[in-house]
Amino acid sequence: MPGGGSNIAMREPEIWEDIHSNPYIKIEDVSKFHGETNILKEISFSVYKGELFSLLGQSGCGKTTLLRILAGLDAPTSGKVIIDGVDVTNWPSYKRPVNMVFQSYALFPHMTVYQNIAFGLRQEGLIKAAIDKRIKEILALVQLSGFEEKKTTQLSGGQKQRVALARSLAKLPKLLLLDEPLAALDKKLREQTQFELVNIQERIGITFILVTHDQEEAMTISTRMAVMDDGRIKQIGAPHDVYEFPHSRYVAEFIGNINMFEGIVVEQELDYVLVEVPDLDCWCYAAHTGVVPLGTSVNLAIRPEKVMISTVKPAYPRNWTKGVVKEIAYLGSISVFYVQLKTGKIMTAFTTNLLRLSDRNFKWEDVVYLFWRAENSVVLTS
Amino acid sequence: MKIKLPSFFSKENDITKSLLKVQPVNRSTLYNVLCALFPNIWLILFFLCPLIIIFKISISTEVYTIPPFKELFSIIDKYSVNVYLSIKNYMELIADSYYSTAFINSILLASISTVLCLIFGFFIAHALISIKSGARTILLLLISLSFWTSFLLRIYAWINLLSFHGIVNSLLLKFHIIDNPIRFIGNYGTVCLGMVFCYLPFMIFPIYSILEKMDVSCLEAAADLGSRPTQTFWRITFPLSMPGIYSGCILVFSTSIGEFVIPELLGGPDTLTLGRVLWIEFFNNLNWPAASAVAIVVMFIIILPGFIFQKRIALSGGIEGVQTT
Repeated sequence: MPGGGSNIAMREPEIWEDIHSNPYIKIEDVSKFHGETNILKEISFSVYKGELFSLLGQSGCGKTTLLRILAGLDAPTSGKVIIDGVDVTNWPSYKRPVNMVFQSYALFPHMTVYQNIAFGLRQEGLIKAAIDKRIKEILALVQLSGFEEKKTTQLSGGQKQRVALARSLAKLPKLLLLDEPLAALDKKLREQTQFELVNIQERIGITFILVTHDQEEAMTISTRMAVMDDGRIKQIGAPHDVYEFPHSRYVAEFIGNINMFEGIVVEQELDYVLVEVPDLDCWCYAAHTGVVPLGTSVNLAIRPEKVMISTVKPAYPRNWTKGVVKEIAYLGSISVFYVQLKTGKIMTAFTTNLLRLSDRNFKWEDVVYLFWRAENSVVLTS
Repeated sequence: MKIKLPSFFSKENDITKSLLKVQPVNRSTLYNVLCALFPNIWLILFFLCPLIIIFKISISTEVYTIPPFKELFSIIDKYSVNVYLSIKNYMELIADSYYSTAFINSILLASISTVLCLIFGFFIAHALISIKSGARTILLLLISLSFWTSFLLRIYAWINLLSFHGIVNSLLLKFHIIDNPIRFIGNYGTVCLGMVFCYLPFMIFPIYSILEKMDVSCLEAAADLGSRPTQTFWRITFPLSMPGIYSGCILVFSTSIGEFVIPELLGGPDTLTLGRVLWIEFFNNLNWPAASAVAIVVMFIIILPGFIFQKRIALSGGIEGVQTT
């Protein structure tokens, strides 16, 4: 990681980077077969105490199954689930120190908000005064004070979501699982709730594992995220690491937008490789994430927001290309330029709309130069 | 300056188009009126009218004519009408222990049958939803098959099984479990057995349909919150299936309280139930007014729990055992 190495040494290491920290939740070689279908393929990873960990993937990638295995609602075909040092693989759901917020919220429709939250607390044998106190605190935390006697059927979607969260949090679990917790909310409410969720998590310090298909959501709220595809974990890392340094073509294309060009390694240096990219009609310096031998065919990936546009030809020979502006999509805060290269391939570039459209100095069918910094492009071998 | 928008922007056009689209024309008023009218006419013709006739007979007096009751109104001359109203029939229902015994017997029989049906019916319905859908369809078909075979035939089958020289007795004799055949038939027990056997599907289907629609994640949530399977059953499954239980109970209770065929065939000569009393009064004693009074009271007994439970179902607030999300 060019430029990044020194930074990591400077700051305090994150809990998952510290070799001395013990994993709180450990998943070891978990596989799951449903009949003949292999839903999970030997998944292993660790989550540390106080993390807000996201499992991100398209529907059918196995992320919900993994969550259900953690909750004890499904049993893995093989592998182990260890929570706080205890192997809970064969524990039934009602014994585990784990609680789940269901996608449908699964509130009990015949009970009030109070009864819903008290349901789980009564199982612990708490006395009524203690239950009352806990419910009062937890409802204050999710900003639903005074809703005790409301029927769950009278609540709005956002309120239901909070009651579901409160019901699970009230048990003070070691691990809280959230299955697409915000999917049923509309966009505005979703964004607002994202931050509330993070706030609540930070305040009470319970470890969260969250399943989502919404990459923005995962990027916004998680400490780390795991990108899943076809029953496997493709990459685990902090959102900015996964975004900036994807390990594979799949992750690069799944997270955000990216320009992908095929090329061949023609030179290898200590921190950089030089890639010949026919589409770009130039040799490009690029950061690399592993050892790439000479002559390997690789993919060069450049995020559109890292691409700069100019009508002036850059003075240096590498890392730029020329093309014709084919489309301009004005999205309010940013504009997307679709630039056709010599070979016919389209390269996209985002620019912030600092100027109004009419003041732009390049327009449709203009010839422009696209350039980017070497550390902003990534070489992908798989 | 001309900006060509990429294709995904044209979606907005579609949205505005669909917003501008004219709402579908309302159905014709005539159609609505007919729709509303038809069930009302049906009920008036085939429920209210007969009911009024029965009620009219029940407040008349018994005479030995054809028909065997006195008309309520008899015109004397141009200016005067004689009206004969009698509540004697209703008073007799209370005074005569023959009727009150029949009422108590029938209510007890119907209640016990309902409770037994509820226990077995819930068990069967609950078992059904845990079976894979292929086998489940076959089982559901078999349950409804018992509906399609003749009611009389099924009762006769029980007679064959349980009679003095029936299959059960001969088997018990053959294996020397008993020395003399047992008289099974001819008591309230066999009547109850017949009712449970015949009306069980009435209980199974409403409960099954509620359980099938029930949100599985509610049960999973209960387990997740630390509730053991038995607790989950009593605190989640059972309360959520209340609407199905109510309608099943009403169906079984109301059909079995006035039941005539089962007590007649499986009961003894002294088995006194409302259905039999009705039959005896109507056809043996030709006392139409008394029989009508019994019929009216039976109807109220059936309607009353219906009203109470309907309110209960309404109060439990559209639970329906499903979440709309």
